[in-house]
Amino acid sequence: MTRAAGLKPAWLAAGLLAVLLALVAGLAFGSVPLPPAGVAAELLNLIPGVRLHSGLTEREIAIVTELRLPRVILGLLVGGMLALAGAAYQGVFRNPLADPHLLGVAAGAGLGVTVVIAFRAGTGDATTNLPIAVPVAAFAGALIATALTWLLGAAGGRDRSPATLILAGVAVSSFLAAAQTYVMQRHVDTLREVYSWLLGRLATAGWHDVLMILPYAVVTGAIVLSQRRELDVLTVGDEEASSLGLHPQRSRYLLIVAASLGTAAAVSVSGLIGFVGIIVPHTMRLLAGPSYRSILPLSVLFGGAFLALADLLARTAGGAAEIPIGVVTAFFGAPFFIVVLRTTRTAAP
Amino acid sequence: MSGGLTPTDDAAADGPGEEGAGAVGVAIVVRGLRVWLERTLIVDGVDLDVAAGEWVTVIGPNGAGKSTALRAIGGLLPFEGSVELAGTAVERLSRRERAKTIATVAQSPVVPPAMRVFDYVLLGRTPYVPPLGRESAADLAAVDEVLGELDLERFAGRRLDTLSGGERQRVFLARALVQGARILLLDEPTSALDIGHQQEVLELVDRLRAERGLTVLATMHDLTTAGEYADRMVLLSAGRVVASGSPTEVLTEKNLAEHYRVRVRVIEGEHGPLVVPTRG
Repeated sequence: MTRAAGLKPAWLAAGLLAVLLALVAGLAFGSVPLPPAGVAAELLNLIPGVRLHSGLTEREIAIVTELRLPRVILGLLVGGMLALAGAAYQGVFRNPLADPHLLGVAAGAGLGVTVVIAFRAGTGDATTNLPIAVPVAAFAGALIATALTWLLGAAGGRDRSPATLILAGVAVSSFLAAAQTYVMQRHVDTLREVYSWLLGRLATAGWHDVLMILPYAVVTGAIVLSQRRELDVLTVGDEEASSLGLHPQRSRYLLIVAASLGTAAAVSVSGLIGFVGIIVPHTMRLLAGPSYRSILPLSVLFGGAFLALADLLARTAGGAAEIPIGVVTAFFGAPFFIVVLRTTRTAAP
Repeated sequence: MSGGLTPTDDAAADGPGEEGAGAVGVAIVVRGLRVWLERTLIVDGVDLDVAAGEWVTVIGPNGAGKSTALRAIGGLLPFEGSVELAGTAVERLSRRERAKTIATVAQSPVVPPAMRVFDYVLLGRTPYVPPLGRESAADLAAVDEVLGELDLERFAGRRLDTLSGGERQRVFLARALVQGARILLLDEPTSALDIGHQQEVLELVDRLRAERGLTVLATMHDLTTAGEYADRMVLLSAGRVVASGSPTEVLTEKNLAEHYRVRVRVIEGEHGPLVVPTRG
């Protein structure tokens, strides 16, 4: 009897290990290097009832648990959500190139956040103390952008090709970026704040940001992961999926809303971080097979680990000045992806 | 011919009778079927009855509306008129019920990249998997059984996109069979196959029809082959039924000359008429 495609335990273990490694590395390295063993011990001490001797000073413990931990957790959450959203978009649009950036979703969320920052100018620091309006504006922008891309892509007629949709996404992105530039120019006083946010950063992260996006991450994760089997059925196209008893349109809307929610939440705390949504799911597809039952959970784990490690590089590689994390993901993500693509060519979709 | 309102001559199909291999005497009843695609009327008032356990093949020149009619009957396109499957109007069936009642093999099914044969066939169990649930052991066993029946076990772990046309067609059929539906719609099931594989696939369908008590509604282009396997045939032209009946009644030189605009000779064969195109 043949086993059905699903998440192989070995891959799940590898994903969890990657998250753990990223966590310890993210906590141990930085402007003040700490011994990884001591950091791991402190990490275990966070579990109630556990008391290990880590050999770290009070100050070092504070660095680990109050400065670095929320930032690493935020990296894991944002990376996991962006990768999950990318995988969902690729399945929903049956398009290997779909990702939050190419579809204009991130640009829509970006415009939403820019508008909020610009109009909140003078009322305090809008980004470090994120108001509830930021994720809401990001979500509204993300959904509007998705709808625009979808409608524009549908203008190509019934036989819309993957390329039509991507072209629509590019057009919508450009349009929204132009609108964003206009808003920025009209509110020059907030230019620096918007700009530093645009490049992507986890720098101002504290537990506040983590707690703010946690509910979105849980909802997005639960909805998208619940649709993993539907995404597999959708690979045969709408008409056949419908003849198999599925409601393709319903699954599609649900997934788009959930993925846009996740993207919007990620964008609202971390700015525009590219490449995670396209590289991570593809790598998972090439390595662990084409079923969304493995692509989705592995994207969460490896996407999180990837972004946490990228953030580690962002804050250590440039010396005193941090490199924007979006630069790091692009710089390392693109060549890595090319290597994966070339070495596993036969499995490429 | 006008109106296309051609009642079938099959007495068994006229009422909800008791005969037939399945629980219902009539598997498919279509009345006044009209289908529009992009504001063009493609199917224009088709009536059709298929008795349970019967094999009916729809023929007709390109663009006659064969595939469109089949898709509408399968509930995959909006239509005017009425379509009843096993006694229930198709629009009153939920998607899941519909998928358990009627299984469709599309003309050129989508081949998902890198998907394995087993997983592809398992998609056929979708109507049995509860929302948010996963396949049961029974679902996996159903796939194994069908793969065995269609001699596909050795391909179970193979990628679908590495199979030959004939192997692939059997896999498409396997996915439709694990749906457990009593009615099978086949849209040109042999158009991509050489004559050897054509025969192999059609023999397979015929055997399954007998073993599982399936009702088959197919569209086909090869007229001789179509006539050899069908109990009855329906000739569609410009969206209307212009002839229906036994293969001998439908496959006449006059009918084919009129609607295919081709000169043919029809010779009596062992299993039905042999249609031979000749030069004018």
